[in-house]
Amino acid sequence: MVHIMHKSRLVSLLLLSLVLSLLLSGCEQQNSHEVNVYSARKEALIKPALDRFQTETGIKVNLVTGNADALIERLKAEGVASPADVLITVDAGRLHRAKSLQLTQAVDSEQLQTLIPAAYRDPEGHWFGLSLRARPIMYAKDRVNPADLSTYADLADETWRGRVCIRSSSNIYNQSLVASMVASDGVDAVEQWAAGLVKNFARKPVGGDRDQIKALAAGVCDVAVANTYYLFGMLSSENDAEVKAAEQVQVFWPNQQGRGTHVNISGIALTQSAKNPDNAVQLMEFLLNEESQSWYANVNGEYPIRDNTVVHPTLAGWGQFKKDAINLAELGKLGPEAVKIMDRVEWP
Amino acid sequence: MGVVKSNPTHVVVWLIAALFCLPFLALLLQLLTPEADLWRHLVTTVLRSYLLHSVLMVIGVGLGALLLGVSCAWLVAVHDFPGRRHFTWLLILPMAMPAYIVAYAYTWFLDVSGPLQIALRGVTGWSYGDYLFPNIRSLGGAIMVLTVVLYPYVYLMSRAAFNQQSKQLLEAHQLSGGSTWSYFSQIALPLARPAVFGGVALVLMETLADYGTVDYFGVNTLTTGILKAWFGMGSLGGAAQIAGILLLFVVVIMVLEKNLRGSARYDVVHGGQVNTRPIQLSGIAKWMASFWCGLVVLLGFILPVLLLIFMVSQSNFSQWLGEFIELTANGILLAAATAILIVLVAVTLMYIKRNAKKAGIKRLITALGLGYAVPGLVIAVGVTIAFGWLDVGFRWLSSGWSNSVPVLIFSGGFMALMVAYLIRFLAVGMQPIDAAYQGIKPHLDEASLLTGKSNLVTFKQIHLPLLKSGLLTALLLVFVDLLKELPATLVLRPFNFNTLAVKAYELASDERLADAALPALCIVVVGLLPVLWLNKRINN
Repeated sequence: MVHIMHKSRLVSLLLLSLVLSLLLSGCEQQNSHEVNVYSARKEALIKPALDRFQTETGIKVNLVTGNADALIERLKAEGVASPADVLITVDAGRLHRAKSLQLTQAVDSEQLQTLIPAAYRDPEGHWFGLSLRARPIMYAKDRVNPADLSTYADLADETWRGRVCIRSSSNIYNQSLVASMVASDGVDAVEQWAAGLVKNFARKPVGGDRDQIKALAAGVCDVAVANTYYLFGMLSSENDAEVKAAEQVQVFWPNQQGRGTHVNISGIALTQSAKNPDNAVQLMEFLLNEESQSWYANVNGEYPIRDNTVVHPTLAGWGQFKKDAINLAELGKLGPEAVKIMDRVEWP
Repeated sequence: MGVVKSNPTHVVVWLIAALFCLPFLALLLQLLTPEADLWRHLVTTVLRSYLLHSVLMVIGVGLGALLLGVSCAWLVAVHDFPGRRHFTWLLILPMAMPAYIVAYAYTWFLDVSGPLQIALRGVTGWSYGDYLFPNIRSLGGAIMVLTVVLYPYVYLMSRAAFNQQSKQLLEAHQLSGGSTWSYFSQIALPLARPAVFGGVALVLMETLADYGTVDYFGVNTLTTGILKAWFGMGSLGGAAQIAGILLLFVVVIMVLEKNLRGSARYDVVHGGQVNTRPIQLSGIAKWMASFWCGLVVLLGFILPVLLLIFMVSQSNFSQWLGEFIELTANGILLAAATAILIVLVAVTLMYIKRNAKKAGIKRLITALGLGYAVPGLVIAVGVTIAFGWLDVGFRWLSSGWSNSVPVLIFSGGFMALMVAYLIRFLAVGMQPIDAAYQGIKPHLDEASLLTGKSNLVTFKQIHLPLLKSGLLTALLLVFVDLLKELPATLVLRPFNFNTLAVKAYELASDERLADAALPALCIVVVGLLPVLWLNKRINN
């Protein structure tokens, strides 16, 4: 009697496990009137635009978000059978990698080519920028005279000893910033610079860009390097403390006399295995239309990739600036070298 | 010619082992691409600090969890003091807290730009640098956070062991003039050793695999090194090399655990369910006991939860509320289905291990627990590559009778995700069942078999009732671990499927800590219910 009960219980557990997993699989469905998106861009920062696309075109958008490298690995492993039609990332280096692994294909769209400046798309049409992310210097209004600031290179100068906040070297924004410097100044000069910068750290790098800005406001350091949309996010936050901290900080555009301030892109590529290429290109063009572009600027606080798009007053308040015009594909190639430099100078 | 009689149960073990090996084989193949330059770079620059930090983390968290877990378990198992009844379950609660979320909450509160230090500066008029304040974002902070979150593994397993021990042993010891301390150190603790070290081993593996906390605190360990080599340098080979060192660590821990358990089998005689009275603590001692247990619960659960609630109140949470029912349901369904699967596999393996004559099979089964110390992301990538092979193979086989658009059979769905979970969390399922099996005397099997009962009947009639608490512990641990799991879910989940952990992570990594607090709090609440329910079942 007892063992019959146990037997049925074991079997029912197994059945339960099966039923639960079937329930989950039920969520999946096949549909040709759709477009499948692998996105390294966080859901909250892309879904609203995708939802609008779905409503306007009737094309269903299926989304997986995740880490860019993991998504690339997934694309690679899935090969020709991959369901993904497009890959969205938040830096050009990853798009370049996807291209060099032959995971992407060229798109011939006149619209994309005319709307996007040449530096922000692949010369062969494999990937396209959607928005710009600028990484300037920020300073504490009450302690720093902006006239003392000039270039990234200058941050390694002795005058900034113990006054600089920047996040860790495992972060992609720093990797691409250093890569852009390698492209212009060469490995040796940049290594020397990085060693000087590390000496100038106010503290061991911890946290993200917002943390650097907060530390700046709290008096831990006098200057910081951070992406502008984080400052934008803090200024438009619900939290008074964040707004107050952000208000003590001002943006300085470095390298205006030289190559310009470092920018990266969020971008998109058509996958080699795309089953719905027409829908995918339609999505790409949609993300470049004026409405989507000003959404990037007004909600995410990034800079539109199209010239002459009206930007949010906060962004306009920081002023126009000269952008580094290096083709971003270069950053992808130099990224590993940048990491090695930062390892050698013990940038944590 | 001798006929080698192959045991059919061993085939099961080999099949599971093959499934486990596939992803690691996929990663191993990455090593074939020579990366000597990168390796030299790692050795001359960062590898030493990765190693040092990992070793310090393991020592710090291991000792901390041992101290907290065993002391609390010993207090509530055999003593009486104010609040003891409530502490038995309160002490488990930190288990529902993902470590990275506790890290977020403490950082938000204690950091230089957090409310505490802002208030301190406001009240005293000091500015940064005028005062000393411990930096939570440090090696010490990471050890503290992981300790207060992970000690329940040790607590739960040692408490179960102390409860199983016959109270008559204690009474006999006291009658012969021994003190409670000498009983604890000479009898109770040595008897509980398999369980205690089983718990500590889980804690250490979890510590080695942790990425979220150490990354957030800027502590460079082997795990952060793996990801930096892979993401920063685009070198999966370099990442696999560091992962190899990590695995070596795990093997050392497992060997140590086995040796510390000793070769003896602890077939604990059950106390005949005679309800003996717990030791009454007197005067200051009883309040010290309450204080100690209270402090542990405060740091591991109450304070972080209060902080999360406060953070939620400061965020614009109403805009997310609609999503949370779906996210919660997703997480529970997936975790429940997978937890049942994992426990079924675990109990099968443990049964085979118990009856196996060959040491090789026993060792193989133990080795299957290795996955627990491998960062979820590494397993996920291994599974991605390996299942890609399976799909290629399937397409090749089926190309004869089908030439439609190639689709994925193995990858891209829940199967890949569940296999990754199985590899990662099998050890969590096996440990409690293993410890429970240690408590069942082999002579019970022998007696049952002698009466002509089959192995299966013996399992159902003899083992299953005695394993019940171990099985429930396993189910509890695995379910809650799955609910919190992030990296593998992030990499392997199918289209349009999110969980609370994914949501919390996305918001937090976008540096919106206050917004991340709501999904984080949901994970804790959902995790609490099974923790409490199963705790009750175990006690009954």
